[in-house]
Formats: sequence, C-alpha cells, structure tokens
Amino acid sequence: MRKTEVYSMGSPYRETLKISGYRFGHGQKAACIVGSIRGNEVQQLYVCSQLVKKLKELEASHYIARDKEILVIPSVNHHAMNIGKRFWPVDNTDINRMFPGYDLGETTQRIAAGVFEEVKDYEYGIQFASFYLPGDFIPHVRMMDTGRQNTSLAGLFGLPYVVVRKPKPIDTTTLNYNWQIWNTNAFSVYTTETDLIDEVSARQAVAAVLRFLTRMGILKYHSHNGYIATVVKEEELTSVRTDVGGIYRRLRNPGDEVHLGEPLAEIVHPYEGYVISTIHSPTEGILFFMHKKPLVTENEVICKIIRRLHE
Amino acid sequence: MIETVVSMELPVDESLRIQKNRIMPLNPTGKEKRVAIVTGTHGDELEGQFVCYELQRRLKAEPGALKGIVDVYPALNPLGIDSITRGIPMFDLDMNRIFPGNADGPMMESLVSRLTEDLKGADLCVDIHASNIFLMELPQVRINEVTAETLVPLGKKINVDFVWIHGASTVLESTLAYSLNQAGTPTLVVEMGVGMRITKEYGYQLTEGILNVMKELGVWQGSVGEIRTPIVSEDRKVGYLNAEKAGIYVPRIQIGTYVKEGELLGEILNPLTGNVEQAVTAPIKGMVFTRREYPVVYSGSLLGRILGGIEE
Repeated sequence: MRKTEVYSMGSPYRETLKISGYRFGHGQKAACIVGSIRGNEVQQLYVCSQLVKKLKELEASHYIARDKEILVIPSVNHHAMNIGKRFWPVDNTDINRMFPGYDLGETTQRIAAGVFEEVKDYEYGIQFASFYLPGDFIPHVRMMDTGRQNTSLAGLFGLPYVVVRKPKPIDTTTLNYNWQIWNTNAFSVYTTETDLIDEVSARQAVAAVLRFLTRMGILKYHSHNGYIATVVKEEELTSVRTDVGGIYRRLRNPGDEVHLGEPLAEIVHPYEGYVISTIHSPTEGILFFMHKKPLVTENEVICKIIRRLHE
Repeated sequence: MIETVVSMELPVDESLRIQKNRIMPLNPTGKEKRVAIVTGTHGDELEGQFVCYELQRRLKAEPGALKGIVDVYPALNPLGIDSITRGIPMFDLDMNRIFPGNADGPMMESLVSRLTEDLKGADLCVDIHASNIFLMELPQVRINEVTAETLVPLGKKINVDFVWIHGASTVLESTLAYSLNQAGTPTLVVEMGVGMRITKEYGYQLTEGILNVMKELGVWQGSVGEIRTPIVSEDRKVGYLNAEKAGIYVPRIQIGTYVKEGELLGEILNPLTGNVEQAVTAPIKGMVFTRREYPVVYSGSLLGRILGGIEE
C-alpha cells in the first residue's frame, strides 16, 4: 500500500486541503474507487476506509494480480465534511457537478480537474455516491445511459439491482458520466445510508467491490457469488407522492414486497396528531426507495417501486 | 392582480407559493402581447427586486400607456430569498438547473414544471440575475450562441452596457432561459450588480431598458429615457482573472474601468504574514466588466473578467 497525494489546494485560513490516494499493486491502471465527494457522505467514506483496510491485507497476502494497480481515494471534500457542510465551504458548489474540471478555472473546477487527471485512465471506475432525495435505497449499482454503459459488467458486483439512468443535462458534469466519456467503465454503488453509518450495507458494498475486482481478474480472492442482478431502468420506477404536508410515518421499508392498495406511509397532522392521509401503493412490486426524514411537503416523492417484481 | 402560480404545502402550517402580479391595460382587447419579468431564482440575488418595484411604479404613473399584459414574478424561489439561500432550501438544488421541470418528478421539479407552463407563450421574458455574493457585474445580457440570432436584436435595446454571446454548454440546457427559448418564448437573461445588495442605478437603467423593449413590442406607449448602445461581445475576447494563491483580494480598480495589458488590478494579501501573495495584473487590455467583491479567495477564485478589444 502506498499513500500518495492526489491533489492539494492551499487555503487562506485552514490547513491545505490534501486529497489522498491509496495505491495497491503495480502496473496497469486497473480499477479506481472514489469515496466521499460531498461533505455529508460519511457512509461512503466509511466504506472506502474498510476497503482500504481489506486491500492492505490482501496485498500483504499477494492476492492482487500481477501488473494490476488499484487506486482508492476515500475523500475529496473533507474541508466540507469537517465543518458539517455538504458542498465546497466557500461558494457552496458541488465538486461532483464540476467534472471533468478545468485546471485554470474556478476553485472546485480545479479540484475536479486535479482528481480527474489521476482517475481518468483506469479501466474500471467505482464511486460510492449519494442521491439528492433524502431516503433509503436497496443497495444497487447505478449507471448512466451514455450508450457506452455495460449492464452485464455492473451485474458482476453481485448486488441485487442495477439501475440505468438516462442522463439529464445536470448529470453531464458528474464523475460517473465523465468516466464513461473518457472510456472508463463507470459504476456508482449506492448503499443504504449517507449521513449515518450502516454497518450491514457497508460490509455488503465492500464485498461487492471485492467480488467485482476478483471477477475482473484484478484480485485473486474467493467470495460469495452474490445476487444475479435485476436490471431496472430508472424511468420505469413508479413514484409515489404525498397529497399533503405534515409529519411522515413510514410503514414499510426498502426491499419489502408490496401489493396494490397496501398502506406505505401515513401523514400525521403536525399539531393535532391524527392521520391526515394514508399513502397506498398504486401497484404491486418491490419498494426500491423510501423517504426517511420525519417531515414531508405536499407532492413529495416518498417512494419508488419496481413494478410487478416479486421477492 | 396578484395570482398564485403554484402552491405546495410545507410540513408545518405553511405553503410555498410562487406569485405573480398581472398588470393589465386599461381597455383590454383580448389580443394583447404579454411580457414576463422574472427574478429571484437564486435566493441571494436581490437586484431584480428593485426592478420589479420600479417597473410597476413607472407603469402606475402612466396607466393609459400600457397596451399589453405585464406579468411580474419577483420571487421564483421565495424560500431561498427569505432565508438568504442561493439554492432551494432543504433540496440542495440550484433551481436554475432543473428547468423545464418534470410534472411527474420530485416536488421541486413538478413545481418548476407548472411555473414553466405559466411562462410559456409570453412574447418576451426577462430573467433578471445578480451574479452572486462574490462578483459584481456591469449590466449585461447573456445569450447562448444557439439563440443569438433572435435575441441579440432584443438585447441591444434593453439598455445594458454589453451583450455577451457565450458558447453552448450541455449543463446550461436546464436553465429557465434555455428551456423557454426552446419552447419558443424569447427569454433574455440579464446579469447585473452583486448578490445580497441592491444597486439602484443599475435598477433604474434596466427598468428604462425593459420599457424600451416593451415599446418596441407595442406593449408600452409611455415615456422612455435615453437608451445606451451596448457593446456586443461577438468576436471580442473575454479575459478571465483567476486567483493563483489563497488570501484576501483587495482590488485597485473600479468596475467599468478600461485597463491596459499587464496593469495592476489588485493584490492577494496574507493577513497573517503581511506579505503580498500575488499581484494580479490584466491578461489583456479592455474593459473590466466583472469585479470580485468578496475578499476571501482560494486558488481558482474568479477575480474579474475583461472584455477585450475595447478602446476608451
């Protein structure tokens, strides 16, 4: 294991931001894994830390294939994480909306450019990402539909689901999208949590990455085969919305199978405590995403369902 | 007449409401043209608030002169303005990156979709921005090169100092202006002033320009003051000043100043050591149309922009 400095940026009042990379093995740039790019992605940082720990052991046991190099960057924006912010502390810009970056541009464009320069030549790129809607997912691998994505490869992580998302204009500046454009096979791995640590899904994510690296011939390691993934197009997920605002009471969890008309959640009057509205499932299927925060607005997406899928 | 364009219930005893004031001519015929003035997409940009007020003051002063409909939307992001938040509070999203919205999408995208539908069909939309808290901008219209043919003639009449035609960018396809222009509603983006402040002279200047464009469209027959001819950025180089060091930036020149190549524009200072970290000089000669106001800088922070090829 070699710890290297991927990029650094001087600060007027704080210590220099140092982005660190951990390299395992030597030779061909085989796989790059990026953890937290946003300051609230604590679970993503944790998963990376556990992966670094495991890869260190595997390297010591000579389990990394000859002529293969793995790079792990656990954290990009710890200047935000250390002070409880999600985005770049000075101007609130999102580094994951700045790729491929620009080395003569603004601060976060420069950070993105510095990171991208280090990560862009790897054959496989894996990012532990987070979603902007507050809630829980079933652990899955997500890919952008750039025409270059390979869902068969994504299935080799052995997670239950692979989700393919049609990119919107705002997605074209993410790391995942630009990796694909620069010919890296890019995958975003979503676990259950973001701001909090969930040990179970963190272990599942580490195992999924090790499984993938093994199947790609980068590691010599034996692991459980995992799931044969179900591939889902994001636009085919059924969104379920609230009809009123209030206190949210979740009745079911991600991964649950639900039936048409089954109660999914209740909205409670914030002053008087009675149930204003019960949200029923509009279809049968598997709950893929559920809202988590205790409050909801009217017309908020609280749930996404994979239609007509059964356990 | 004040109308609620879209309303969504918030969790506790409040609704998020986007409102507009529809100002009608005294004797409507039903065939009037419609002009929409929108601002407040970014909650930290306030210059447009004064323009909304001043424009309505002018319309009220000569009620018989209005021959079309004027819709004024002062606050597309009312929660942001009220909480000094650039984006949408609680959603971590830049509202100007989710247009035209999605009726079936998450709450804010469905809200934006309804707002877009309300704006569509206007004969002109003016979207007023105020840079951000970091940068002061000379009044300017920004036009995507793909819509330049239609919009530059309008931009020249709106009394700004210059019209900046910029390159197309995929990420900008989710702005209000791009979405409305694609839908056939001509939309001009005005940038002027600085975030969290009101620069009254710029407000008066733009109000005059909006009235001038309304006159061109036959929507206004009242008085209009003197209108300046803007510089159009086409074929002119834009020079960017980005910090190379971290520290405190203290500019030495005023916005709108004509500078020579190599001229000292400001310094990045180190308050701990008392040293000058970087002397910032002009990369090209021309007019300074953007100037950094917020002093704390990192490497890369934008310190200014210069429109090249301008002789005083």
